[in-house]
Amino acid sequence: MNLHEYQAKLRFAEFGIPVPRGKVAFNANEAYEIAKELGGVTVVKAQVHSGGRGKAGGVKVAKNPDEAREHASKILGMDIKGHTVNKVLIDPGANIKGEIYLAVTNDRAARKPLIMASSEGGMDIEEVNRTAPEKIKRIHINPLIGLRSYQITELASGINLPHDLWKQFEKIALGLYECYAASDATLCEINPLAVVEEYGQTILKALDGKMTIDGNGLGRHPELEALRDTSEEPQEEITARESDLSYVKLDGQIGCMVNGAGLAMATMDMTAHFGEQYGIGPANFLDVGGGADPEQVAAALRIILSDKNVKTILINIFGGITRCDDVARGIITAMNEVPTQLPIIVRLIGTNQEEGLAIINSANLTNMTGAKTLYEAAQKAVEAVRGAK
Amino acid sequence: MAILVDKNTKLVVQGITGKQGRFHAQQMIEYGTNVVGGVRAGKGGEWVLGKPVFDTVKAAREATGANCSIIYVPAEGAADAILEALDAEIELIVCITEGIPIQDMMKVRAILDTSNSRLIGANCPGLLTPGQAKVGIMPGYIATPGPIGVVSKSGTLTYEAVYALTQRGIGQTTCVGIGGDPINGTSFLDVLQMFEEDPNTEKVVLIGEIGGTDEQKAADFIDKHMTKPVVAFIAGQRAPAGKTMGHAGALVEGNVGTAAEKIEKLKSVGVKVASYPEQIPDLIMQ
Repeated sequence: MNLHEYQAKLRFAEFGIPVPRGKVAFNANEAYEIAKELGGVTVVKAQVHSGGRGKAGGVKVAKNPDEAREHASKILGMDIKGHTVNKVLIDPGANIKGEIYLAVTNDRAARKPLIMASSEGGMDIEEVNRTAPEKIKRIHINPLIGLRSYQITELASGINLPHDLWKQFEKIALGLYECYAASDATLCEINPLAVVEEYGQTILKALDGKMTIDGNGLGRHPELEALRDTSEEPQEEITARESDLSYVKLDGQIGCMVNGAGLAMATMDMTAHFGEQYGIGPANFLDVGGGADPEQVAAALRIILSDKNVKTILINIFGGITRCDDVARGIITAMNEVPTQLPIIVRLIGTNQEEGLAIINSANLTNMTGAKTLYEAAQKAVEAVRGAK
Repeated sequence: MAILVDKNTKLVVQGITGKQGRFHAQQMIEYGTNVVGGVRAGKGGEWVLGKPVFDTVKAAREATGANCSIIYVPAEGAADAILEALDAEIELIVCITEGIPIQDMMKVRAILDTSNSRLIGANCPGLLTPGQAKVGIMPGYIATPGPIGVVSKSGTLTYEAVYALTQRGIGQTTCVGIGGDPINGTSFLDVLQMFEEDPNTEKVVLIGEIGGTDEQKAADFIDKHMTKPVVAFIAGQRAPAGKTMGHAGALVEGNVGTAAEKIEKLKSVGVKVASYPEQIPDLIMQ
């Protein structure tokens, strides 16, 4: 789960990291009021779960409160890579002398936390990573003992940070690691960690922040779960989460219902394999879980049917421990609860598959067709979509 | 011959009194696995399915001589259950549980790296050596003894592949589910090495998916160290970047971990890659 910039910075502040004292506005007038209260130059920043906000025109400097209002009215409602902006952060302007990049993340390959820093922070850090990866200093952390002072020294000297900033840098790096460890984060990123002149002093300040939380860790952080912004998620994905189903919306026409994540992906791939030449593909990823009981199947059907692009449903169940006759009964029950006229291709394989198919056949649902293999099921689903066109 | 589990496996079930633990313990016993007992704190001294229950893994090990443990403990306690089994020096630990936080697994990994035990999973279907032992949740009837080693990140997709092989009369030495989490105990490389060394395994099926670089590393390993032919399947060719596809590990991050990249890499070292799971037996027979 991603946090918004303003949420991440508030969390960082709890761990002793200096952040600007900005506030969030939901409309242009609020933006004006906040800018007035802050005084002087402000920055109006779109709060959306998408990178590249600056380049998309979602971040603007305002000389006075009137300009802040003007910028906010333009940025609110803006579309950034498919995300609609519905709130902006108004931060005080800063006298920036330099931009550092600092992040803690999981290194999947090394199976350890990783802290990274670069003296070339700012908008082009991805470009730096691509063209000059040696400019990003990386240090692995033993998760049992945490980040140590000497490692921060290594980091600071590795990016040629002026000595007079080391003390501040150490406090921020330790705070960031603590924040990561205490939040079940998969990423805590400050970009830029700016070198700013304030009241005649040079200080480090987190002008932007990004945090991603491990979904599996959210259970023990209700305060972070409460920060979830559902306004940017497709309604189907929200409903699926509430029904404990794993669902990802895609843009094809074949609604897929499968048990198991790997098989669900393979089923999507198969529909695209046959359908691609006709512009036909999967409408979603949906793992109905190992059990595939009637309630789950009904919930899954409802979610698939709420996607208006869906022209055909493909149900692919491998009965391992689950019995196909149980699953078949679940499907029939769900069909009564959530009636549909769309063509449905059902493939049941594994334990009691003959009994399962017999139940499907005896229900005499005219829109339902059986299939023996995944190959055949995907082919039939593509044919059904073509027939419906 | 087989790898990891066989007739000599003495299995203890952590979480045997829970719904999942009890159900699958029964299935494993029916398959012929030598289940020697169970563990559930606070239920020591009781009996489940005719097997003794112990309060701790250590007590179970001392009383039964168990050399393998399987974990059916809910996610919030699963890391603890793995650490307990490590502390009791159980040689082979299999964790079925899905949803363990990544930071918990990184800590487990750090301890595991200093121990002599092996962990399979978490978030995996376990192990099946046809005709000898089933340690996990794979349906026993889909497999039959034979010369093919199977290693996979996925549950039902493995069943699909194994079932397709069995239907064509091609049996398996051992089927290994390494799990779909981003950080796990045993990698493709570990299992490929074991199959390479197992005299009864003639060919290997590798089933991977999007996310991470395990399949790419497996390709390098196959290129340098494997003499036995490998057939692969990679799920998730149509998965969009930045979205987790069910398994916590199945996530394309930036351009890293796409199916296309993995398939290309595997093909470049001579691995035959199936376009769909049911094609695996065809490629094995070629």
